[in-house]
Amino acid sequence: MWNFPLVPPTASKEGADISLLYWAITTLAIVFGSIVLFGVIYLAVRYRADNNAVDRSNATDSDLRIELAWTLIPLVLALVIFGWATKLYADIYAPREGYYEVFVIGKQWMWHCQHPNGARENNVLTLPAGRLVKASIISQDVIHAFSIPAFRIKRDAVPGRYNAMYFTPTKPGEYHLFCTEYCGTKHSEMIGKVVVLPEEEFQKWLEKNAPGAVAATTTTTSAAGGGTLTLAQQGEQTFKALGCNACHLNPNSAVKVPDITKTWGSEIKLADGSTVKGDEAYIRESILNPGAKIHAGYQNLMPPYQGQVSEEQLIQLITYIKSLAGAGEGGK
Amino acid sequence: MATATYTGTDKPNYLNWKTTVASWLLTYDHKRIGILYLVTISIFFALGGLAAAMIRMELATPKGDLLTSDVYNKMFTAHGVIMIFLFLIPSIPAVFGNFALPLMIGARDVAFPRLNLLSWYFFTAGALCVLVALFRGGIDTGWTFYTPYSSSFAKGEVSLAIVGIFLAGFASIFTGINFLVTIHKMRAPGMTWFRLPLFVWAMYATSLIQVLGTPVVAITLLLVAVERSFRIGIFDPNLGGDPILYQHLFWFYSHPAVYIMILPAMGVISEVISAFSKRRVFGYHFVAFSSLAIAIIGFLVWGHHMFSTGQSMYAGIVFSFLTWIVAIPSAIKTFNWMATIWKGRVHWETPMLYALGFMGLFVIGGLTGLHLAAMATNVHLTDTYFIVAHFHYVMVGGGIMGYLAALHFWWPKMTGRMYPEGWGKLAALLVFVGFNLTFFPQFILGYMGMPRRYHSYPEEWAVLNVLSTAGSSVLGLGYLLPLIYLTWSLKYGKVVTERNPWGARGLEWELVDTPPDPHNFERTPIVTRPAYDYNHPEEPTGFVPKPRPVVVGGKDG
Repeated sequence: MWNFPLVPPTASKEGADISLLYWAITTLAIVFGSIVLFGVIYLAVRYRADNNAVDRSNATDSDLRIELAWTLIPLVLALVIFGWATKLYADIYAPREGYYEVFVIGKQWMWHCQHPNGARENNVLTLPAGRLVKASIISQDVIHAFSIPAFRIKRDAVPGRYNAMYFTPTKPGEYHLFCTEYCGTKHSEMIGKVVVLPEEEFQKWLEKNAPGAVAATTTTTSAAGGGTLTLAQQGEQTFKALGCNACHLNPNSAVKVPDITKTWGSEIKLADGSTVKGDEAYIRESILNPGAKIHAGYQNLMPPYQGQVSEEQLIQLITYIKSLAGAGEGGK
Repeated sequence: MATATYTGTDKPNYLNWKTTVASWLLTYDHKRIGILYLVTISIFFALGGLAAAMIRMELATPKGDLLTSDVYNKMFTAHGVIMIFLFLIPSIPAVFGNFALPLMIGARDVAFPRLNLLSWYFFTAGALCVLVALFRGGIDTGWTFYTPYSSSFAKGEVSLAIVGIFLAGFASIFTGINFLVTIHKMRAPGMTWFRLPLFVWAMYATSLIQVLGTPVVAITLLLVAVERSFRIGIFDPNLGGDPILYQHLFWFYSHPAVYIMILPAMGVISEVISAFSKRRVFGYHFVAFSSLAIAIIGFLVWGHHMFSTGQSMYAGIVFSFLTWIVAIPSAIKTFNWMATIWKGRVHWETPMLYALGFMGLFVIGGLTGLHLAAMATNVHLTDTYFIVAHFHYVMVGGGIMGYLAALHFWWPKMTGRMYPEGWGKLAALLVFVGFNLTFFPQFILGYMGMPRRYHSYPEEWAVLNVLSTAGSSVLGLGYLLPLIYLTWSLKYGKVVTERNPWGARGLEWELVDTPPDPHNFERTPIVTRPAYDYNHPEEPTGFVPKPRPVVVGGKDG
């Protein structure tokens, strides 16, 4: 009963900025709301039909100046807040550099998180305080949404595409993690917690959980890989297990294939003359459906892997291909 | 009949000139079709309300203990589908638009009376499909039918419910077409565009949305049914589809649909505030054009439902900008209504209480829309109880308050009986207090992050949820009272025979009998004054020309 909060905890840099904007808009809303609410009550009481003591002369029913005033003043205020909110949004959600990357897979009805060193967690996400974090979020079935109210952010987990979300946890502690996009029977049980640790403790946590060991709260881990390998090393294993190395990265390959060490981060010319950026979405699509975007100068000889690779394996493969391009933690 | 003159209650009216069941079910009379719709949607309002009661009872405790998750999910789906597609969208247009719009413009019916009746049959058939889907186990997709959940995962009669919504959608299109043509072609002589009552302007804007938007959602939902039944990949990525495409198509209609629910209510508020302040609506042209502005800009803001889906940031910026812009016409209306009360003679009767309540609740709904127009705060608040509170303030606080204002305002004209004023005021007060108690705590819950459509929630949110549930019982009582006393008044209410019990301006009050003649006007009236001309009480808005001796029963008789 005494645990009765009225505002959420604020535990990220972005969360503090968004809170400020929230309260600014709320103040504006209270000012305008009060003008209307109290104005209506005042007018309706003052000009009640049986009150003949008030002056009703010169009751005009149109006035261009006053119409312009109550059109333009709200309009200017609206544009100011629009500019502020849009700048803040762009600062938070546009791609940023120098991050610690975690992968999040939503599935009915749990969250599966993967760290670059190979540590995995279910329904818990452990993060360092004071570092920029990039969460790459995807779903393996229906649409979910990855929401951390204490950070004031969320992103939908959409099947078939990676959505990125950036944030900087600041305050160590445990915070709610919710699925906020309705996803079926146990939608309200698709919850967990985000644990923010001070940097040293986080490093210790990483070491403890790195060797493919199953985190205390984890229930199942079925993906390939494991052992004492990082995510990229797991990707290399998957790469071999799926037989990708028969053609790719094989100097003796019988067929001519694009050099995947140059894929990540480059502008790739396609057979139809357009270009595409070598990002997660492109790599994912090229594994599952290689015919969709064909490198200029190559033929599509690769079979589609749709249905043969799990989302976990795709993340390993992408991380592996990233590492080939020399991209370590934090992008380029 | 053309020679008949008004002789009080002796004359047959549209209710009693024929009383067989067939005379109701096969009627082409816009007034009777309005009544058919009123009875039908009242049933669905009650059903949707029951589902809401189940939801609030479940949420009285943090644990999911009253219903199973599946039943809970089916309850909020039933609540949303029924309230939106089977109550709010038809509510004011199909009931009061049908009943009052031809009377207000001096027409003897709508342009296409048969299409009008067909609209009710389509609606009823669609509603029955939805009911069958609900009673055969229900559906748990949410009213939004998001793919791929709805197309590839959900069990139950989803396709049947979609067919039902498809049919009800066509009913809405028929009503829209009818009103557009009626307003263009059937205004009485002298009823120029800028003499139209503002309710008619609002209905015109609403009809535009119904005609242009509804086909998109009808086809989109049908595509979901196609994907479900034939596994043709449209929205499911496993079949090569795009789930975000569904959201674009769905919100292309479903955001404007919010304006289908609120614009008619705004039209009612203009009528009621003017009639009960005895003043011409301030800034008539601004109020009229703001309806059109809302309808047009409202078509361009759908992407603000999708800021968190990963849609392009530049698209998001445009949608956010237009969302800020679409707020302005609503602000203009609100300020003009305030200025209408200024220096008026305000009568605190039930319709006016609902209109004042509308302003209070709609303003809160509108201003919390600003938090959602701003992308940075939107992402935190979307899919939380903040959204739930926001759209209930707009669609229930706005839409249903407008509906209840209209119901009490036109009740004596429709039925020839007055509702009991004391009970009416009490119900209006209960609705206002109960509504705020139910939904205001949800803003706070939403800011704290409580997700919508949750069957259970963390302990620390229990107090606010108990408040909300307590409020919903007050609100439920507030809605139950009119159902009882309005039904009671049909038999025991004070008989109204005078044409204009409110002393309001407008053809439907000044020139139409209570209850109206089956043909509305003995002959087409001629309009001589602008709308709401309270400054010249001695000058009628229009007159019905005297019969010409030669053409009794002739071409306009």
